[in-house]
Amino acid sequence: MATFRDDEVRVLRKVAEEVVGLLTEGFDHDDPVVGRLFPDVYPDAPRESAEFRRFTEGDLKTSKIDQAGAILASLPEAGSGEVRLDPEAAEAWLRALNDARLALGIRLEITDDTLLDYELDEAILQDPSSPRVFQLSVYSYLGYLQDSLLTAITANGRS
Amino acid sequence: MTAAPDTAPVQTARPETDEQSEFARPWVTIVHNDPVNLMNYVTWVFQQLFGYSKDKAELLMLDVHHKGRAVVSAGARERMEYDASRLHSYGLWATVDKQ
Repeated sequence: MATFRDDEVRVLRKVAEEVVGLLTEGFDHDDPVVGRLFPDVYPDAPRESAEFRRFTEGDLKTSKIDQAGAILASLPEAGSGEVRLDPEAAEAWLRALNDARLALGIRLEITDDTLLDYELDEAILQDPSSPRVFQLSVYSYLGYLQDSLLTAITANGRS
Repeated sequence: MTAAPDTAPVQTARPETDEQSEFARPWVTIVHNDPVNLMNYVTWVFQQLFGYSKDKAELLMLDVHHKGRAVVSAGARERMEYDASRLHSYGLWATVDKQ
């Protein structure tokens, strides 16, 4: 069980809605985020990858939309609130948080060498009201949330 | 475009042994490193999907992290494709290849 402040609820709803948008009306194979969420299974064989995609993409897309939907379903519409997740919902949250982090990671060009605190300081120095400052903060918050949720799940003896 | 050869091409027999070993080689599912996925999340996914012990899952995760990639399962091609698509549903970057 966790209590979310109203700004956290707002951010999480926005993030989950953006993931759903990306997977529905905004779905575009040329978008690198889509490329990362639906990777080529045979990187050196485009035709075989396309064939695999033809059989699996629909289901994969549905499960990703559903897991983002699980976040929206368990959060209050607005304002702050307590959230209690059963094991199934907790797993959906973990997967959805991961998708959202992957999407943001691509947009923010996160690499193995990225030092988040440093990036955030730099972005704030340049323009504290920039979208990058907001996105970096969200990315960092989602990582914290995913980590806390994972710790809670594994402490419950599920793994 | 290339010019047509003036002599008939020499029929080169494909060595049979290669084809046979090609056929016998199992397929593998490979997970690649990426800068976003949390290490403990990747470990947890390996445990969830493959039923690996925490120790084995952690070693695999470290392999992915340090070497850039690791084989996480091996067997028939269809099964590897199934594993890759399950890994994709957890957001891991998985591909299928011959061992």
